[in-house]
Amino acid sequence: MKDTITIYVTDLNGAEHIIHAPTDMNLNLMEAMRVNGLSVKATCGGMALCATCNVVIESRDYPLPEMSEEEEAMLDEAFVLDIEGSRLSCQIPIKPELDGLRVKMGELTAD
Amino acid sequence: MIETDILIIGAGPCGLFTVFEAGLIKLKCHLIDSLPQPGGQLTEIYPKKPIYDIPGFPSILAGDLVTNLMEQAAPFHPGFTLGERAETIEKLQDGRFKVTTNRGTEHAAHVIAIAGGLGCFEPRKPELENLEKFEDCGVDYIIRDPEKYRNKKVVIAGGGDSALDWSIFLADVASEVTLVHRRQAFRGALDSVDKVHKLAEEGKINLMVNAEVSGIDGDDQIKTASITPKNDRSQIVKEIDYFIPLFGLSPKLGPIRDWGLNLNKESITVDTTDYSTNVPGIYAIGDINDYPGKLRLILCGFHEATLMVQSAYHRIYPEKRLVLKYTTVSGVNGF
Repeated sequence: MKDTITIYVTDLNGAEHIIHAPTDMNLNLMEAMRVNGLSVKATCGGMALCATCNVVIESRDYPLPEMSEEEEAMLDEAFVLDIEGSRLSCQIPIKPELDGLRVKMGELTAD
Repeated sequence: MIETDILIIGAGPCGLFTVFEAGLIKLKCHLIDSLPQPGGQLTEIYPKKPIYDIPGFPSILAGDLVTNLMEQAAPFHPGFTLGERAETIEKLQDGRFKVTTNRGTEHAAHVIAIAGGLGCFEPRKPELENLEKFEDCGVDYIIRDPEKYRNKKVVIAGGGDSALDWSIFLADVASEVTLVHRRQAFRGALDSVDKVHKLAEEGKINLMVNAEVSGIDGDDQIKTASITPKNDRSQIVKEIDYFIPLFGLSPKLGPIRDWGLNLNKESITVDTTDYSTNVPGIYAIGDINDYPGKLRLILCGFHEATLMVQSAYHRIYPEKRLVLKYTTVSGVNGF
């Protein structure tokens, strides 16, 4: 098991960032992007009560947690549910299985 | 014109606590907030969520914290301009500031304390052609006066608490209420969801789930809304008087951006001696400010508010000396 994983994040300008995230610090993807210096609005701070940490998961077949009802409703209310791979990054815990994941930041992160 | 000592922009926890700390040193406060109720994010986004890092409260619901802060501020009778956004600022000849809201309400104060949190909450708008054209001509994003809708035909869109609560409330006021939601399930409180379903069965609300408002039309006023079910493209055109999209609110720094303050992205740069900005007499406290080591925590905002009012006092009364008095010794003397 790896205790630090690598995630590839494409920002809103199309630039790719390679970020490293510890798996033993109870971080979620939103926080991992932030501690790596990426600017994520994340208004509500990780409660699935806004959609300003929205990302699009570009990798296929990763064991992501299932979407909760709150997350699904929030994505829908922010008009981004229909985008394939659309998630709230605050609802994705950093786990060893996510090593190598590719995501793209959603426009709402800059809102 | 409303006159006060400290004009606070933002009635969130930090703004409300400023009223108390200012009151202790006999300064009067007035608050402006774009939301129709005090409490900021705590009331608007997470009233039922517990907060665990308010000193002395192992756990307190955000809504209860706001209630307590209002009670704590009450002896100092703060004024409120709610549901209006602070728009412009100018300097008066006597050295005071004049702040005017988007609705034209004028305020004069010696000191401005910006406690604007993440900015002012702007409604999230659905992507519809004509939407902006009918704003204030039949499209409302915030309900200020429910009486406006008496005996009118109203379409509400959204699936959260405000869409549910207003549909229930307006069922007895409007002549026709249609609630349109893009999904089957609602996100709001369970008993509100039950109530909406019950009112729908009784024929008091037209409930249209898995559907969305796909178009609006009219002349000077809105006249019709087209509603399209999600899985087929058959469209219903309804005659309406009002369309109320309630898709939540997202914060924007807003007009404060143009007030001549030094900014770091969406935050206002301050001096941590007294949380003053680059403009003498304007302070920024709470989530909206920025300084080395800044943490966006309510408890830090309380500290900032307390130090800020001391500096405000010296600005308003340069000739007077201020002595720190403990509330345990001198009590809370309202005015």
